Amino acid sequence: MSDKLMKLTLKIWRQKDADSPGKMESYQVEGISEHMSFLEMLDVFNEQQINQGNEPVAFDHDCREGICGMCSLQINGEPHGPDRGVTTCQLHMRMFNDGDTITIEPFRAKAFPVIKDLVVDRTSFDRIQHAGGFISVNTSGNTQDANNIPVEKENADKAFDAATCIGCGACVAACKNASAMLFVSAKVSQFALLPQGKIEAKDRVLNMVHQMDEEGFGNCSNTGACEVECPKGISLENIARMNREYLKASLTKE
Amino acid sequence: MKTSVARKILMALSGFFLLLFLLQHLTINSLSVVSEDVFNNVSHFMGTNWIVQFLLQPVLLFGVIFHLVMGLYLDIQNQRARNIKYAQNNPGTNSSWMSRNMKITGIMILLFLGLHFADFWIPELNTKFIEGDMSGMKESGFGLRYFEELQHKFTEVWRVAIYVLAFVFLSLHLLHGFQSAFQSVGFNHNKYTPWIKKLGNLYAIVVPLGFIIIAIYHYTTQL
Ligand code: HEM
Ligand code: SF4
Ligand code: FES
Repeated sequence: MSDKLMKLTLKIWRQKDADSPGKMESYQVEGISEHMSFLEMLDVFNEQQINQGNEPVAFDHDCREGICGMCSLQINGEPHGPDRGVTTCQLHMRMFNDGDTITIEPFRAKAFPVIKDLVVDRTSFDRIQHAGGFISVNTSGNTQDANNIPVEKENADKAFDAATCIGCGACVAACKNASAMLFVSAKVSQFALLPQGKIEAKDRVLNMVHQMDEEGFGNCSNTGACEVECPKGISLENIARMNREYLKASLTKE
Repeated sequence: MKTSVARKILMALSGFFLLLFLLQHLTINSLSVVSEDVFNNVSHFMGTNWIVQFLLQPVLLFGVIFHLVMGLYLDIQNQRARNIKYAQNNPGTNSSWMSRNMKITGIMILLFLGLHFADFWIPELNTKFIEGDMSGMKESGFGLRYFEELQHKFTEVWRVAIYVLAFVFLSLHLLHGFQSAFQSVGFNHNKYTPWIKKLGNLYAIVVPLGFIIIAIYHYTTQL
């Protein structure tokens, strides 16, 4: 294992605020260890920028362990960078070599407007969730224990897999159409597969799809880019399930 | 028609319809290699039977127009959904060229349809409905005209080349489209989807290749 520190060229999208035009700028960063995460590399970069009297680059992050969905970034043309099944915070600098040029851009979608530099506004996802990503539970003191309701193993597993979506938006960023179908289908599937989700099933899929369109996401072309880039391995199967749920709901809902 | 999912389902249904039509078209074309007489008779039936002419043909025309208008409309929406493009994009790492270029391959098919209609459909409409000759006979009055008309189209090498190229684009369109249509209507199952993908690849190669072979056959037999 080499402990040689890397020197890199970073091409980063800089944008003052939501209303300003932005542009790509070139920078140098040094002293990067291959054991650092991509975000730690950006921390080092920002420190060097601050020491030089420059404005640090803004980027989103929170848990830094791949569970919150806050980090983003289009790295060398791929959301969450070249590695598979990881978020940007889990991406290691050992994926890169000394002397590399790395392009870093915000996730691009009309429904994800840039707030500053690499930070985008993903509240469109929240509004889709509000439109139907919930179930009704009686909380008046006689709440039923969910474990008392048996669920077929296959469905329980699939619902669990769908529920691992962290809402990062990499699916939208990867899609040539900036379509949010993988995210929305994960949220629809998570409930559609469980008995607790059956009550609002029809309204849920209709309302969430409606909200997805309202937000200005594109249509799905089944390219499969989302599934490849999703850090949680959410399957295209969910999109098919959502389309089935949608078809069922729109044909039977009065 | 109101939402993205509904439009995608309709897009897939029109795709399925065109896939079925293509099989029927290929079957009849193959007859031209097997037997001149059989080809002539079937063509005459298709060209004069009123159910085919006034029910199936308008439905087909509607299907084609619907498919292409919807496809282009979806594409315009998709462009708008990413108003600022990436400075560096690396789509080859996560998706196939065919899946990303359905519009390009589709437009190539559309351009070919222009030539194809000018070659066969418009003269056919002209003979039958403008000149009012429903007999299907050659001008000499001896025998049915369809096989001869087909042969006359495949004498120039440039036309054969365009037909061949068009079917290469159709093949690329279907290498993605066939399995994509199943996904769009909500059919994705771990047990069957791998087979649907294999069947799709088979269809997307064998059917266009069939058309290509028939075109080249008629060209070479007249050399
Ligand atoms: C007339 C010219 C054509 C144009 C402009 C065209 C355009 C398109 C476009 C843009 C798509 C992608 C839609 C999307 O990503 O949402 C598509 C899908 C498709 N096309 Fe075509 N196409 C044409 C002809 C054909 C023909 C002749 C066939 C079949 C024989 C066909 C079969 C399909 C299928 C199966 C799909 C997949 C549907 C889906 O993804 O759900 N197309 N077409
Ligand atoms: S489906 Fe995957 S890529 Fe899309 S928001 Fe969820 S975790 Fe992120
Ligand atoms: S910072 Fe939480 S997933 Fe990356």
